[in-house]
Order: sequence, then C-alpha cells, then structure tokens
Amino acid sequence: MNNLDLLTAITVFVLSVLVGIEVISKVPATLHTPLMSGSNSVHGIVVIGAMLIAAESHTWLGYVLAFVAMAFGAMNVVGGYVVTDRMLEMFKARPTSEKEV
Amino acid sequence: MDNVSDAVHYIFLAAAACFVLGLHLMNHPRTARRGNSLSAGAMAVAIGATVWLVADEGVISRTGWLVLVTGGLFGAALGLWAARAVQMTAMPQLVSVFNAVGGGAAALIAVNDLLQAEDAALLGARVSLPGALDIVIGAVTFSGSLIAAGKLQGVVSGAPVVFPGARLLNVLLPAAFVVGAVWLVLAPDSRTALYGLVAVALLFGVTMVLPIGGADMPVVIALLNAFTGSAVAMAGFVLNETALIIAGMLVSASGGILTKLMADAMNRSIANIVIGGFGTGDSAPAATGSGAPAQVRSVSADDVAIQLAYARKVVFVPGYGLAAAQAQHELGDLAKLLTDHGVDVSYAVHPVAGRMPGHMNVLLAEANVPYTQLKEMDDVNPEFPQADVALVIGANDVTNPIARRPGNAVSGMPILDVDKAKSVVVIKRSMGHGYAGIDNELYTDPKTGMFFTDAKKGLSELKAAVGEFVG
Repeated sequence: MNNLDLLTAITVFVLSVLVGIEVISKVPATLHTPLMSGSNSVHGIVVIGAMLIAAESHTWLGYVLAFVAMAFGAMNVVGGYVVTDRMLEMFKARPTSEKEV
Repeated sequence: MDNVSDAVHYIFLAAAACFVLGLHLMNHPRTARRGNSLSAGAMAVAIGATVWLVADEGVISRTGWLVLVTGGLFGAALGLWAARAVQMTAMPQLVSVFNAVGGGAAALIAVNDLLQAEDAALLGARVSLPGALDIVIGAVTFSGSLIAAGKLQGVVSGAPVVFPGARLLNVLLPAAFVVGAVWLVLAPDSRTALYGLVAVALLFGVTMVLPIGGADMPVVIALLNAFTGSAVAMAGFVLNETALIIAGMLVSASGGILTKLMADAMNRSIANIVIGGFGTGDSAPAATGSGAPAQVRSVSADDVAIQLAYARKVVFVPGYGLAAAQAQHELGDLAKLLTDHGVDVSYAVHPVAGRMPGHMNVLLAEANVPYTQLKEMDDVNPEFPQADVALVIGANDVTNPIARRPGNAVSGMPILDVDKAKSVVVIKRSMGHGYAGIDNELYTDPKTGMFFTDAKKGLSELKAAVGEFVG
C-alpha cells in the first residue's frame, strides 16, 4: 500500500473539499435531488475499503464484518447510481407525447 | 510498493478525476445523465482495479474471496432492486437508506482495521485518530439515517419525539463519545473502548434525529449526507487510500452546501434545527390573525377554469401537499393542456418544497413536465407581477407574505411572491395551518380565491373544465 505521509493526505483532504464546493455550488436547485443521490453513490467508493478489509481478514469476526461492509458498500454504489440514472432520465427539455391531451 | 499497486493507484486517481467531472456535468439537466454515467463507469473501473490489487497482493484467503464476492453480489442485488422499485415520492427514504449503509460500511472498516491489527497497541494516532472519528461519524450516520428514513416512511413517528431527559442525553452522549474516542486513540487495542464507542455513537444517531420534526427532514438528510462523506474520508485516512479521501470529501462538501441552502431557505440555523423546537406545536401561536375568523372567497372549478383558459401567463406553485396527494400527474396534464392552448406556463419551486432538496422537481419531471418550465425561487419571483393567475397547490408557509414583516414564526424566511400575481387561486382542503402554525395572509387577500378540495380531485376537475373551454 502507498505510504502516504500525513501531510500529503491532509493536503488531498483540504483540496478535495475546495474542489467539491466549487463544483457543487454551480448545480441548479432543480437537480438537487439527483445531485444528492449521485454524490451518495460517489461515497459508495467505501466498497473499495471494504474489499481491502476483506482481503486482510483472517478471523470469523473479521469475515462477518467484511461481509456486512461489502454488502452495505455494494448496495450504496449500485443502488445509488441506478436510482440517480432513473431520475435524470425523466428530466427532459420537451414533454414526450405519450400522454393523452 | 510494486508495479501493480502503482498502476492501481493511477487508476484510482483517474477515477477520482471522473467523479469531479461527473459532478461538474450535473450543473445542467442536459448533461447530468452523462455525468452520472461517467461517475458510475469510473466507479466500476476502480472496483475492478481493486480486485486486481487484492488478487496481486495474494494475502486474501479463500474465505476472504467468498466473503468479498457474496457480500458484494448480495448488496448489489438489494441496491438494484430498491433503486428499480422505489416510487419517486419515496426517494428521500431511499437516499437516507443508501446514506445509512455507506456510513455503516465506513464505520465497519475502521472497526475491522483496529480488530485485525496485529499489534493494535502500537498503532499510532495516525491510524487510531481517524479510526475513532470514522467510527463515531459513521455509526451516528448509520442509525440517524435509518431513523430519518423511518420517519419519512411513516414507520417512526414523523412528529418530534421528545422524552424526558432527551436534551440532557444529547449533551451527555457527545461527551461520552469524546471520552470514548480519546480512550481509543490512547489505547487502540482496548476492546471496551472500541465497542463502547460504537454503542454510544449508534445511540446518539437515534436520539439526535428522533426529536427533529418531519418538516425539517430536507436539512437532516443533507446533513447526514455530509456526515457520511466525512466518515468515508476518515476511512481513507485509516486505510491510506487517497481515493476514499477525495470521494468522501466531495460528498461532504456537497452535503454541507445543501444543508446550508436548506437551512437558509427555512430561515433557521442548522444548530436550531438539530436542537429542535420548531413545528413541535409547543411554541405559542402567533398573535396575528387569531381574532375573528378571516373572510375568504371560495371559488368553484368552473370559475378557476375560466381564469386559466383566458390567462396569458400562469404560474403553478406546488408544495408538499401536491406530492402527498400524488397529484403531480394531474398537474402535469393540466399544464400541458394550457401550454397547448398557448398559455405561458411555469412552475415556481421553493427550495424546501418536498421532503429533500430538489424533491419537487423530480416529482414534476416524473409527471412529464419539461425542465425548462421548472423555475427556481430567485428566477421566478420577478415573474409573478406579470402572471395573470398563480395557482397554489399544497404550499402554505412558503407563500405567506407575513414573512416579509418581523415578529412572527416565519419572519425573514425567503418566500415566493405569489401575492404579487394579478390573481391567485389556492387549492387546499381546509383553512388548516402549515408547519409554522400561523395564518396565511395570502388566503384573505381580496384577489385570492380558495378552491377547497383535495389536490388530486381538484386538479382533475380543473383539467376537465379547462378542456371544455379550450377543446
């Protein structure tokens, strides 16, 4: 594993917050729900942590915790992206004419 | 460090860049879907790269693989099912649940890391401090988000639940986890400190969210979203993975901004919401308008239909009542009828309309409303004076002109300038109060007509009546 020193990690931490604020403050209120559910799926990256934990586990307790963490993380990632896509698909510039008038 | 590890970490960096680009593309409805796909693709690649890394390191046991694959598939299937099945009105609950599991996973990573450490006592503060923070934030988010989801779903009472000593508990519990966290940092091998901290944090999540009223949920969800992001970033510190730090902090920034926007839109501080007391019914009703019953003008569907059919510009003002009545489709149909008739139609959406930030827009989009007609508060307010009719459906406090004057429960709250429209129609079941528990001066304005009915039924009647005029 990369042996980052603490200063580098904290630098990344601070810059990420600033980038986040810069990018997200431009999102219109119309899209706040998809934004929230989309950013929710981004924190599903925690599943990568769960995988690394599963790799290091060698006790029953460790396996159980890793299983739950994997399930949680995977649910977060998959569900988050799918539901965000479902919502964004509905945002159209023009109404589709499937409905009766 | 070997070559595979290097390669995988470059992939992580690229994925992190895609997350940022994906969020950037969210700044317009036209590109947002592409942004989400980009982000999802990057996540898939990052997960694939992690499988490669884990296989290459070779320390994983056979059981470890089994756990990794079955756990992943199980969670993915559950997430997929939930995402496909959910109703758009239930979106806030689902986002809360995903938030809960994300926070829970982050907390478990720290717990497992401390348990697996070969000589935990030797772990420095470099690992144990973020570890303790991860556990606290992750566990609070987990139980707090579940309670929030329960309140939104109606499983847990939506009313603020306050029991004797609740406030005291909310002071004692944070003190307890500060003690627990310091203990864990000093003695990372102490199981008592570890389990104690998890228990206290889980309990605090419950007692923090229980006393918060249903109307404040948009703020709570946004706040918990920010928490999860921080928990994931802390897990990144524990595991020494920058990808987790970057992604976690992006989410945290997003949650933080939304929390602030929501709190501003309700004209309340975040601390005030978390401590509670608004909409609990325990505040004395405002003195204004509590005298003789005010005079209101009642109108029928036909009256309103004539007004709408001969209007040049109509602004709809949807509130949570619309969503609660599941009437967004009826509204969408009515709007389409008017649009086809040549009426300029738009929707004035207050930031807190719905149960989570931006919720009303999603409900309207589902009802086939083009996003070009969805207007934010600041854009639509200057348009009200030109509007021939403003039709308010299920919105109350956010339209109350009294908010412009000091000295009442909604003073200073940003409102939609509905009272500036040439005429106003309010669809409402009764003269009941909104969450703030005060009379709405808009209803007694001489140019306002009250159409007393259920939102769904009323809009269907309007659609039929308008259809007669324009058809």
